[in-house]
Amino acid sequence: MIAFLSKRLGIGLVTLLVASAVVFFVLEILPGDPALLMLGMNATPEALASMREQMGLNDPVLVRYFSWIGGMLVGDFGRSFTYSSPVIDLIAERVVVSLPLAIISLILSTAIAIPVGIFAAARRGRMGDTVSMGVAQVGVAIPNFWFALLLVYVFAVWLRLLPSGGFPGWGAGVWPGLKALILPAIALALPQAAILARVTRSAMLEVLGEDYIRTARAKGMPRRYVLWRHALRNAMIPVLTIMGLQFAFLLAGTIIIENVFYLPGLGRLVFQAITQRDLIVVEGVIMLLVASVVVVNLVVDILYAVVDPRLRVSA
Amino acid sequence: MTDAPLHLEQPGWRSTLRLAFANRSFMIGFVITALVAAMALVSYVWTPYDVTHLIVADRMKGLSAQHPFGTDHFGRDILSMIMVGARNSIAVAVVAVAVGMGIGVPLGCWAAARGGWVDETLMRFNDVVFAFPALLSAVMITAIFGPGAVNAIIAIGIFNIPVFARVARAGALSLWPREYVLAARAAGKGKTLITIEHILPNIASILLVQGTIQFALGILAEAGLSYLGLGAQPPMPSWGRMLFDAQTRMMVAPHLAIFPGLAIVITVLGLNLLGDGLRDVLDPRLRRQR
Repeated sequence: MIAFLSKRLGIGLVTLLVASAVVFFVLEILPGDPALLMLGMNATPEALASMREQMGLNDPVLVRYFSWIGGMLVGDFGRSFTYSSPVIDLIAERVVVSLPLAIISLILSTAIAIPVGIFAAARRGRMGDTVSMGVAQVGVAIPNFWFALLLVYVFAVWLRLLPSGGFPGWGAGVWPGLKALILPAIALALPQAAILARVTRSAMLEVLGEDYIRTARAKGMPRRYVLWRHALRNAMIPVLTIMGLQFAFLLAGTIIIENVFYLPGLGRLVFQAITQRDLIVVEGVIMLLVASVVVVNLVVDILYAVVDPRLRVSA
Repeated sequence: MTDAPLHLEQPGWRSTLRLAFANRSFMIGFVITALVAAMALVSYVWTPYDVTHLIVADRMKGLSAQHPFGTDHFGRDILSMIMVGARNSIAVAVVAVAVGMGIGVPLGCWAAARGGWVDETLMRFNDVVFAFPALLSAVMITAIFGPGAVNAIIAIGIFNIPVFARVARAGALSLWPREYVLAARAAGKGKTLITIEHILPNIASILLVQGTIQFALGILAEAGLSYLGLGAQPPMPSWGRMLFDAQTRMMVAPHLAIFPGLAIVITVLGLNLLGDGLRDVLDPRLRRQR
């Protein structure tokens, strides 16, 4: 188990290192002089030269790469020129929107998908299965931003129950903050729930065909108990894998939803930074997201071992 | 769908075709996909109205006999725009799949054939690409290299590469220990020739199924990029762009958002059903599990 986890940790670190090189050097070869973009087309050559010096653009590429990585290791992500504040502060401001949104969406999608998937598997081939999987099939095809528009129309424009966009900040209180996140969270969660329900169903079907399930039933164990205790636990591995992928997607993939709802999250930060060529912000946010994917994958690996004792000794 | 008899002999294309016609997912998916493709083709020769012709007096009209889906804020016919928009969605998604397959499949086959450090390196690189937030990186690519259909194709295609590499590698790995491959090796055939003659034909079906799925995902991704203004540029209509234009006008004209969205949902649904059906038809072993 320890060996397995340290191998996964090693792979995670290598992933981070390669990703940092890709991010840095791809943005490095881009056309356009960051100093020129900062100062505008009418900048004098002298001003340009001093700006380049100030931004450290005259140092050799490798020196800049290693000082960037070294900085990130101690929490220094550099300084944004458009916001004129440290990147880490910008990220911290935005994470408090994006992270709760991702967590609420994941909870919502799991709470819907797992019972539906189990229900469909238990009633395989019958009405309930056909209907719920038909709905899931449509759900997978719905773009979340379109779903978001429909939610805004129904709940904000028509019923006037919830805000159509914007974020008041947590300073305004927990409820106003949560209220602003409800529609975005539903918009993100439902298409994800459709995928997760399908995965849960097929994983359950595979397990329900096993001999130990028949044995448990033959012993006279209640159906419900067999489903939730014996079958679900054994079906968890593929379900956890997809949940891990979805959480990683939710952290980064909110870029479009944040634009629909005008939420000041990481997605909007990076979107604006890209259009303004504020590359240091882009690099910082992407590295943070890659790191969170690596961490989520590690957590999923640990959870595998929690649900399946066989994995604790082997692998 | 699930009660078809299990075919133990290798089915020929005739019996595969018969299975396909009996498969509900496949047939529904096939019909929807064919209709969407036909709609895109028809739009080259005929649309109800000219989508480049702006009639401001007719703007944001509701549903009527002249304009079954209404008109947009420039007085353009929504139905015509959806027809023309289908071209763009299909073209971007198809080429992105071709990019992914064209690069990913050879890489995956190479990794499976060589094993060792080649395999290890390629798969680690795959992990890195998978760890990148795909949508965000696609946004970055299109925003930096300029918005437009070609850059959208590149941005979506890059993230198709590791998917196809992984599928091709897994399929190829399961074939290399087979007797007929061993026989071919014993006969002195090289790995490249074996891959072309024996491996590729046998993984073609799983690649086709994956291709359908990536096609559907490509349509969704293109819609997302166009919605952010990074896909096809006006005056070329695109479904995502139409949704963006609809957003600020939802209060007065909700139909602007309904129909382009339905076009996306129906197209993606059709492709997903087609993919599910294909998998059932081409791989009877998987059918029992579903």
